[in-house]
Amino acid sequence: MKHDFSHLPDIFARHQQRPEALIMILQDIQKEYRYLPCEALQETAKALNVPLSKVFSVATFYNAFSLNPKGKNVVRICVGTACHIRGAALIRDQIENALSIKAGQTTPDMEFSIEVVACVGACAMAPVVIVNEQYHGSVKPSNAKRLVKGGK
Amino acid sequence: MAITSSKQLMEMHKECKTNFEKYPKKVIVCCGTGCIANGARKIVEAFQAALAERKIKDFTIEAVKETGCHGFCEQGPLVVIEPHGTFYTHVKPKDVASIVDKSIAGTEVIEPLLYTNPVTGDKVERYQDVSFFTHQHRIALRNLGKIAAHDIRDYIAVGGYQGLAKVLTSMTPDRIIDLIAESGLRGRGGGGFPAGKKWRTCRNVESDVRYVICNGDEGDPGAFMDRSIMEGDPHSVLEGMMIAAFAVGAKNGYIYVREEYPLAVIHLQKAIEDCEKHGLLGDNILGTDFSFRIRINRGAGAFVCGESSALMRSVAGEVGEPRAKYIHSVVKGLYDKPTVLNNVETYANVPIIVMNGAEWFKSIGVKNNSGTKVFSLVGKVRNTGLIEVAMGTTLREIIYDIGGGMLDGRPFKAVQTGGPSGGCLPASQLDLPVDFDSLTAVGSMMGSGGMIVMDDKTCMVDVARYFLNFLVSESCGKCVPCREGLYQLHELTVKVCNGEATEADLEKMEKLSDIVITASLCGLGKSGPNPLMSTIKYFRDEYLTHIREKRCPAAVCKKLITYTVIEEKCTGCMACITACAYNAITGERKKPHYISQEKCEKCGACVAVCKPDAILVE
Repeated sequence: MKHDFSHLPDIFARHQQRPEALIMILQDIQKEYRYLPCEALQETAKALNVPLSKVFSVATFYNAFSLNPKGKNVVRICVGTACHIRGAALIRDQIENALSIKAGQTTPDMEFSIEVVACVGACAMAPVVIVNEQYHGSVKPSNAKRLVKGGK
Repeated sequence: MAITSSKQLMEMHKECKTNFEKYPKKVIVCCGTGCIANGARKIVEAFQAALAERKIKDFTIEAVKETGCHGFCEQGPLVVIEPHGTFYTHVKPKDVASIVDKSIAGTEVIEPLLYTNPVTGDKVERYQDVSFFTHQHRIALRNLGKIAAHDIRDYIAVGGYQGLAKVLTSMTPDRIIDLIAESGLRGRGGGGFPAGKKWRTCRNVESDVRYVICNGDEGDPGAFMDRSIMEGDPHSVLEGMMIAAFAVGAKNGYIYVREEYPLAVIHLQKAIEDCEKHGLLGDNILGTDFSFRIRINRGAGAFVCGESSALMRSVAGEVGEPRAKYIHSVVKGLYDKPTVLNNVETYANVPIIVMNGAEWFKSIGVKNNSGTKVFSLVGKVRNTGLIEVAMGTTLREIIYDIGGGMLDGRPFKAVQTGGPSGGCLPASQLDLPVDFDSLTAVGSMMGSGGMIVMDDKTCMVDVARYFLNFLVSESCGKCVPCREGLYQLHELTVKVCNGEATEADLEKMEKLSDIVITASLCGLGKSGPNPLMSTIKYFRDEYLTHIREKRCPAAVCKKLITYTVIEEKCTGCMACITACAYNAITGERKKPHYISQEKCEKCGACVAVCKPDAILVE
C-alpha cells in the first residue's frame, strides 16, 4: 500500500522528537494512517534516534496498535464483563457472520474491520457496539446485523 | 485572567457563584458518554433551537448546563430542572419544545417523561426522590451532574481550588500529609493502601525530583467510575493532584488515561489548559513558590499498565512490563525517581478532605475504611449505573435499595466485585458490608469498584473462563507463572465448559491457582486466579454438574446445551428461519418449526426473534 508520509515530520515535531513520547507518536501515526505502516516505524526510529527493535516492541506490545491496515469502518464490540453477561458473545457471532470475517480481521474490500475491546466503560448500556465513533447501547442479537449492514 | 493570590481566587469564586446562580431555573443535560450515546447532544441542540425561537423571562441558553455523568446512564438522556429537581428520563429531541413551554416557562410537570419506579410502578417527580439516588452518599461524585464539566468557572463557583489555596497559604507539606493520614483515606484503585503513608514515604526519600501520577487506566472490565469523574469533574482530579504535589514536593505530574476514554482526554486537556490560563498550573501558583505542571499520557490498550511499575514504564514511552518491587515505586518510580501514584477517585477525594477536615471524613464509613466508594453497579439489576455509598454499606442495600433488585424478577445468583482480580460472592454473602477488608476476607476484593450482578442465567464456570481468557490475553508474558499458569487454568476451565473435565481437573485447578498466586511477579498474576478460586469455593456444585452430568444449569456453555422448538408454543411465524444465519431451522408457515442439531451454532438469533418464546435452551 502506498502512503504519503509527508505528515510524519509534523508528528515528530509535535512531540519534540522525545524518545519518551514514542507511544504518543505511534498513536498519532495510527490516527493518520489507521495502522502503523512499516516505513513509518522506520522513520520514527530514525527521528527519535532509537533502535527500530524498540519501536517494533512497543508497537506490538500494546493492543491499540495495528501493523495491518484497518477498514474504513471500525466496528468495536465491547466484551467487558457487563456486556459479556448480557450476551456480547451472541452479538459478536452475529456481526462476524454479517461481515463474514472474524474479530481482528478486515473485509477484503477494506470497508469493515471488527475489533473486540475489553470494556469501553459504558457498562450501564450493555451490550455495547461502537461503529466508528458512534456508541450503540442495549444491542440485541436481532438488531446487531443492522449496525453494520444498514449503511455505515 | 491569571489568579495570583488566594484573595483573587475568592473574588473570582464570588463572581462565578453569582453567575452560577443567576438564573432562577437551570436545566441540567447529562452529557456523559452514556447519555451522549443515547443522543444527549441532540437534546442540547434542541434546547438551543427552542430557546432561539422563543424568549423566556429569566432564562437563556446559558442556563442549560452540559454536565458530567449522573450515573443513571440506562435512563438517558437525562434532563433535570433545578432547583425543583424535576427529573426527566429517556428525553427525545421532540420532547424539548414542550419541556421549555411547560416546565421552564411554566411549572407544569410532564408526566410521561418522569422516571418510573421499577418496583412499585409509581412515577417519581424529583431527582432526589428516586431510590437510585436517595441511598447514595456522594463525595467523590459531588459535582457530577451539577456543574458544566468543561467550565472552570463552574468549578470555582462551587468552591473549587479553595483546598489548594488553603494548603498553599496556611499548611506545611507535613501538616497536609498528617491530615490525609488522619482522615484514613485509602487508595481507591483497588489495593486500599493508605494514601497518607504513601505520600510520606515519597516525601522522605532524598531526591531532587519527585513525580505525581494519576492512574486513569481503568482497565477492569465492567467498571467506569474513573471515566465518569475524569469526564464530569476533571478539575477535582487536578486539584487533588496539585495538593499531593505540594505535599510531596513534586513539580511535574502525569495523568495516564485509557485510550478507550476519548471524552475524558478532551475534558482533562481543556481543564489543564484553563488552569494554565488562570495561573493554577505553571510557575508560582497563587503567587507562592509552588510550581507544578500536568501532562496527559494516553494509554494504548494494555490492562497490565494499571499496575504501578508498568504504568510508569509506559509513561516513559516503554513497553509496559512490571518489575519486581523489592523497592517500591514510591521510592524508585518514574525515571527512577520517587513517585506518588494514586487513582482518579482518590485524588477527587483530596480537596474536600482538605476543606472539611479529617474528622469529617472519618465520620463517614466504618473503622479503618473511611469515606465512600464509587461503584459501577451493572449486570442483571434493574437500575444500573454509577453509585457512591459510604463504606460498610451492605451488598443487599446496594443491589436491592439502590439497584432496585433483580432484572425481570429473576433470582439473584452472584455478585462479582474487583474485576479480574476479584471474586464472585453468592447470596449467602449479601449482608456483607462492602469495605476493603471485608471483601478481601471472603476471597474477593474491592478492586477499582466494578460490581456486576448475575442471575440464574449466568454460568459461573463461564464467568471464571471469561476472566481467565481476559487475563491470558492481557498478561504481559514477563513471568512464567502468570503467562503459562493462567493459560493452563484457562484451558482447564474450557474443558469444564465443554463437559470434558474430570474431578481431578478441579483439584489441578486449585493447586495451580495456588502456584500462580504465590509465584507471579505482579498483581495481575497474584490475583488472577481469584475469580476461579471464588467460583470453585462458592459454586462448586455448578462445576460438578458440568463435570459429572455434562450439563450447564444456566444454559450458557454452548457444548452442553441444545436449542429445540417447543411445538405447542410455536406459531409457525417463520421469524426464526429468517434470523438463522446457518440455515439450521426448517418449517412451513403456521406449522411447528424444527432445528437441526448438526447445523445449529447456538448463536441465539432465533431466541431473540421468537415472540411466543417457543425455543427451549437447555
